[in-house]
Amino acid sequence: MPDSQKRLGPLFWICLGFIGLVVFGAIFANVLPLPNPDAQNYAAVNAGPSLHHLLGTDDLGRDLLSRIVFGSRVSLVVGFGGIAIGLAIGGTLGLVAGYRSGALDTVLNAGSFVILAFPPLLAIIVIVAFWGRSLPKLTLIIGIASIPSMFRVIRATTMSYANRDFVVAARALGASNRRIIFRELLPNVAPAAISFALIGVAIIVVLEGSLAFLGLSVALPTPSWGNIIYEGASNNNLQTNPFIALWPALAMFLLLTSLNLVGDRLRSYFDVREGGL
Amino acid sequence: MSPPDSPASDEALLEVKDLVVDYRTRHEIIRAVSGVSFSISRGETLGLVGESGCGKSTTGRSVTLVQRPTSGSVVFAGTELTTLAPSRLRQERTKMQMVFQDPISSLNPRRRILDIVAEPLNIWQIGSPEDRLEKAAQMLEAVGMDPGESGHRRPQEFSGGQCQRISIARALILRPLLLVCDEPVSALDVSVQAQILNLLHDLKHEYSLTMLFIAHDLAVVKNASDRVAVMYLGRICEVAPSELLYEEPQHPYSAALLASIPDPDPRSLRDGAPLTGDLPSPADPPSGCRFRTRCPHAQPLCEQVEPPLEEIAPGHLVACHFPEATRHA
Amino acid sequence: MRRADPLRFAPVEDMADPLLSVEDLRTHFRTPAGVLRAVDGVSFSLDRGKTLGIVGESGSGKTVLSRSVMGLLSQSSVDRSGRVLFAGHDLTAMGPRELRQVWGTQVSMIFQDPMTALNPVVRIGRQITESLRIRAGLDRAAARQTAVALLASVGIPSPERRLRSYPHELSGGMRQRVMIAIALSCGPKLVLADEPTTGLDVTIQAQILDLLSSEQRERSMAMVLVTHDLGVVAGRTDHIAVMYAGRIVESAPTAVVFRDTKMPYTEALIRSIPKLAAPSHTRLLAIEGRPPSLLDPPEGCAFAPRCPYADDRCHREAPPLREASPGHLYACWNPVGTPAAARAFEANRQAGLPAAVAYARSGVAP
Repeated sequence: MPDSQKRLGPLFWICLGFIGLVVFGAIFANVLPLPNPDAQNYAAVNAGPSLHHLLGTDDLGRDLLSRIVFGSRVSLVVGFGGIAIGLAIGGTLGLVAGYRSGALDTVLNAGSFVILAFPPLLAIIVIVAFWGRSLPKLTLIIGIASIPSMFRVIRATTMSYANRDFVVAARALGASNRRIIFRELLPNVAPAAISFALIGVAIIVVLEGSLAFLGLSVALPTPSWGNIIYEGASNNNLQTNPFIALWPALAMFLLLTSLNLVGDRLRSYFDVREGGL
Repeated sequence: MSPPDSPASDEALLEVKDLVVDYRTRHEIIRAVSGVSFSISRGETLGLVGESGCGKSTTGRSVTLVQRPTSGSVVFAGTELTTLAPSRLRQERTKMQMVFQDPISSLNPRRRILDIVAEPLNIWQIGSPEDRLEKAAQMLEAVGMDPGESGHRRPQEFSGGQCQRISIARALILRPLLLVCDEPVSALDVSVQAQILNLLHDLKHEYSLTMLFIAHDLAVVKNASDRVAVMYLGRICEVAPSELLYEEPQHPYSAALLASIPDPDPRSLRDGAPLTGDLPSPADPPSGCRFRTRCPHAQPLCEQVEPPLEEIAPGHLVACHFPEATRHA
Repeated sequence: MRRADPLRFAPVEDMADPLLSVEDLRTHFRTPAGVLRAVDGVSFSLDRGKTLGIVGESGSGKTVLSRSVMGLLSQSSVDRSGRVLFAGHDLTAMGPRELRQVWGTQVSMIFQDPMTALNPVVRIGRQITESLRIRAGLDRAAARQTAVALLASVGIPSPERRLRSYPHELSGGMRQRVMIAIALSCGPKLVLADEPTTGLDVTIQAQILDLLSSEQRERSMAMVLVTHDLGVVAGRTDHIAVMYAGRIVESAPTAVVFRDTKMPYTEALIRSIPKLAAPSHTRLLAIEGRPPSLLDPPEGCAFAPRCPYADDRCHREAPPLREASPGHLYACWNPVGTPAAARAFEANRQAGLPAAVAYARSGVAP
């Protein structure tokens, strides 16, 4: 494993802890002692943080903490699910194309350029507008949109290893192409892929926020971080109760920072330093 | 086991004929190897020398079919390799293994040494997983590494010389007949170079290996080889038993290579002009004799007619219109 | 302010003292694993116009030594002590600003890997003219002219055209020639060449070494040639210093090093080179084991664990540098060819010490 002198550092564990907390909340939101996120309470509209409502309530008197916890489900499903799709398809194609090069690589590479030439947000808006915006559809669309960039990153990383002598040696030993890709190349490509995927999740979480502002995230009143911020920024809420937008924005900011830092630290932790002194 | 320095048997293990290898770049086709023929007898070590870019490494890779030749024939142990079906080729190729120049790039940085050496057995599902590790440990010991202490560590924790030992262990674990060594010592310090050369020498006898030993340093090649082929710009220009090549180089290029070797021994100072200039581009080789642009003895004939590789003495082949022997006569 | 004053260097021709004199130079790196003693008390001197070869394995500290002499190691984790006197000026006492006046114009360096030492996105021409214009104060046209002349003198064909090339368009040998042209551009009095030919073909290596010595003769420069290959320095230096584990273990005029080798390590280095004159399959003398860790060097002589002539004292006490003849220094208790070495060797061989056994197998006896 990486040498003993390398450390992930306490900040890494704090950030990983925060990501874990968000994921835990999203999974167990139903079981946790949280009020119904859609329950409106006109007796406590725009309440500040209190024991009853830890983060206060919004302009319809809904509990903000509860909405943020439930809303994280959308952000996380879209983020991790979308990247999983991108990684599964784009990553696999990238591995194969980077290893084989030749005609297949040329075709896939050209294809990825064509797709990347479309502004992704515009493409997503058009598709979502025509096809609908349920959570699975949103995830699938964003996942497909992330395929070309995953493909390019994995392909480039694979190529930097594919011409090394250990790959030639494996071929000379009679290893099949599949074996070379999975046993020799994948372990070397994986750290970069994981790090890039975590940053990809962060990008998608922001993307969901942007879509919400265009009214194209999951349908209201289902809470998502984007939706909550959008509601917090409309109807003069920013003046009357800035907390509605502030809390989900803060949650998003912390999650993005954590994902980026964890991805970055993991990459340098698994980076093999070649050569001696 | 054969006794040390046993004369090679006459039966050819490897026979290469008219090997041509082209590389296609964006703009042009580069002929890295253009019509190379040689054979290696069982138990023999053939040295292949030349400057970078002369096609010697490409020749080594084509012999094992890791690089597909454009044309030509490679007969290994009686089997024509270039026309074999991929699955048969995969199997056949295990009898010929390679050791590479860059000790660090030859080993997968993410795997443990023991796994790297056992990998060939894993690929071919030979023995139980425990047997494989046991065999890998024995092989590591045979190349002078301590499997208990180093087997569970990863390549970056080792020096260049040690990585080269590990590469050799991996290459030998399937008991190949032919070992292609592509510049196995040129990335190493001279002191370590001697260790690896001695190791290869010992293993050659222990495992009855036939070797193709590729290097740019004629002194290293001479130490390791029975016969030496000198390559220039995709062609072989001289082949001779190594003693003979050193005593009486016939091709001006061989003479120039010999003259450029730094040798601390004042007795071995030779005359002979060291080369000037760089290797011409293989995409556009000179007409006639390929060496004529750097040759101190070039004549008008050399520009027009490419000299064929001809036997001028038993076992001594030269491709030159004016070999050393005739020039002094 | 003293710092703003331009340094004054006497013309080299007038100097009586050595051009470069290094006194007890130490360069230690503070690492998480402890103090790494890369250079540990090295002294040597070099007269003008002369060539010194510094020879050692990877990890012997030879590269750190050359950089430390230049003053190129300025990280805060580096501890340097000792003195480096160049033409009477102490380089170790200079600040970055003064050092910049010395680099290029007085002392310059040639690196092992020209591909990384040259800027890949800048044309060759600008890389050469840049230093000419800044250091030598030439105008554009004059700098260009000088650059063409320099490239021609280092043997680059059609130099005008080459000025427009990028480094990757040149072969390894050509790149090293460009590096040499840049190093020589401002007429330095001393050139430090760190493994200038490692990684090049033997033919190109010979060309580059010949080029260096002819330039050196013409410009009456002094040169320090750092390499792992004794063969490279054999015919081309006046004096050789052999380094092991951060120290000089033998230092002598070149001919004496080969004729009257004292230090077993030097002997081993000489014998490990394959000789053309030897028959094929001659067993080479390999130095068993690896150089010691510079984090935790052994007590006593650093070479003792790998030395066939080592006895108890070698493992206990570090030998001092002693003088064998004027100009010939060595650090060894049992020098090559002495009865003490023969006794120790016999004992070691019988004890089955790997180093001694390997020597016996190669037919070497003290």
